[in-house]
Amino acid sequence: MELNRLSARELLKLLDEGSIKIDDVVLALKERINRIDHRINAYVRKEKDLSLSAHQSGLLQGLPIAVKDNICTEGLNTECCSRILEGFIPPYDATVIKKLKENGASIFPLKTNMDEFAFGSSCENSCFGPSHNPWNQEYVCGGSSGGSAAAVAADEAIFALGTDTGGSIRQPASFCGVVGLKPTYGRVSRFGLIAFASSLDVIGPITKDVYDCALLLNIICGYDPYDSTSVNIEVTDFTKGLSQDIKGLKIALPKEYFIEGVDKEVKEAIRDAIEVFKKLGASFQEVSLPHTEYAVAVYYIVATAEASSNLARFDGVQYGLRIRPKEQKESALLDMYKKTRGKGFGQEAKRRIILGTFALAHGYYEAYYLRAQKVRTLIKEDFDNVFKEFDCILTPTSPTPAFKIGEKIKDPLKMYLSDIFTISANLAGIPAISIPCGFTKKGLPIGLQLLAKPFREDILLRVAYNYEQNTVWHKMKPKL
Amino acid sequence: MPKKREKTIDIKTVRYIAHLARIELEPKELEILSDQLKKIIEFIDQLKKLAVEDVPPTSHILPLKNVYREDILSGSLPQDKVLKCAPQKKDNFFVVPKIIE
Repeated sequence: MELNRLSARELLKLLDEGSIKIDDVVLALKERINRIDHRINAYVRKEKDLSLSAHQSGLLQGLPIAVKDNICTEGLNTECCSRILEGFIPPYDATVIKKLKENGASIFPLKTNMDEFAFGSSCENSCFGPSHNPWNQEYVCGGSSGGSAAAVAADEAIFALGTDTGGSIRQPASFCGVVGLKPTYGRVSRFGLIAFASSLDVIGPITKDVYDCALLLNIICGYDPYDSTSVNIEVTDFTKGLSQDIKGLKIALPKEYFIEGVDKEVKEAIRDAIEVFKKLGASFQEVSLPHTEYAVAVYYIVATAEASSNLARFDGVQYGLRIRPKEQKESALLDMYKKTRGKGFGQEAKRRIILGTFALAHGYYEAYYLRAQKVRTLIKEDFDNVFKEFDCILTPTSPTPAFKIGEKIKDPLKMYLSDIFTISANLAGIPAISIPCGFTKKGLPIGLQLLAKPFREDILLRVAYNYEQNTVWHKMKPKL
Repeated sequence: MPKKREKTIDIKTVRYIAHLARIELEPKELEILSDQLKKIIEFIDQLKKLAVEDVPPTSHILPLKNVYREDILSGSLPQDKVLKCAPQKKDNFFVVPKIIE
């Protein structure tokens, strides 16, 4: 039996019975990584020591979890796949890591690949080179949590953590044929997450099925005094109630998500999925989210403005790279800042920092940042209105399946538009999940997205679980 | 300083913004970036189609108000641990290039 192919739920059953040992699981994962990761590149810094001693204890029985390179892990390099954080070893664990350890998870010693500072939709902006889609290595795995999604899809990880600022968990999950959940803003502590856009960022699970997703959410969510944006509300057990039926559930189909430009095969897969939900007793109605077309524009002002501020801390003083200028132009300190940041950040990071600085600069602030925050209010109100009558919203996760490596990297605007269906959930702070719902003729996965009102991850997980129980997509494995 | 409410983003503006952001750009980079940013800003300018004068800006997406905590001491990281990743340090300090000539 190849243990790396199993879900966490299946492995926990075998571990509880005593029929396997946690060391067997770790060994299976290491062998898999050694055999195939040179083709996938889901993990970074593979030259590092892979030693991991897992202890079989707690709820998770020592199961190793793969962690994105922007979540702080004490003693393990955390570099956001950026040159500017080269060699950074955090002196503390992020709250999610602490919670996972308390519940018996082992932190896998290799971190997963990502677009630098989570800036991207294809994992091509990593200083370690792109990850490849496990279903076809000429295609991108999505981004920015591409390494996490590819590792789970390629059975190089049991489950993983990603982060989602504009779709960075859901879009790669859909491209790789796995489950990815973006929790409600404030549901999961971000303490120890290296910030990209603080009003949008969330940490969430990427898993092989919906049950594992609920299991991980149980562990990582909850109030944290170290993150003042985390919300202090009661947390339910998300694994309970998954199998409760969805008869009478009202699902909205926003017409702005079924427009021209959506791939034909994606449309067909979504249409088939709707039929499955109808058979399970859900009802559908077309609705409008009229400000959808403005979401990408709002996002690239709000997210870059916040990023320009958050990334000011990378200046060569406290950690990471420092470049000493050979000749002095301005002051020695200013020269050091500029050289370090000019050489340490990749192209997309520089583009976003400069765009964000522009949006906040004197004379532009009102025309760009303030206006974007106003339109954001309109986008949120669109969702509030729909959720007055509906339990959830169903859309494609992405307008297309995975695209080819290199296809969009030279045209930033084209790349930004690939997030068109995922961005709104971040702007509105609502939870959203992507689950596999089919394949193209070429064999690339297609994902569907469900969205619900704040703190109703339970609805998303129940609807997704019901679908999963009646379909086979989550069981498909890439040939590697 | 660029003129107030300048409509487009040109090389001069990008050079100035890059200075504000403390990023040194190669001449070639500056050219490519100006081009790309111009296209992105043109795209973003679609927001000007909307009448938003009376719409309040989103300040926080959830109804969270000021979050306070008790003013009591809690633990902090030991200095040597924090300084471990510093590119340059001396005793208990981060070392930076000379600030005052």
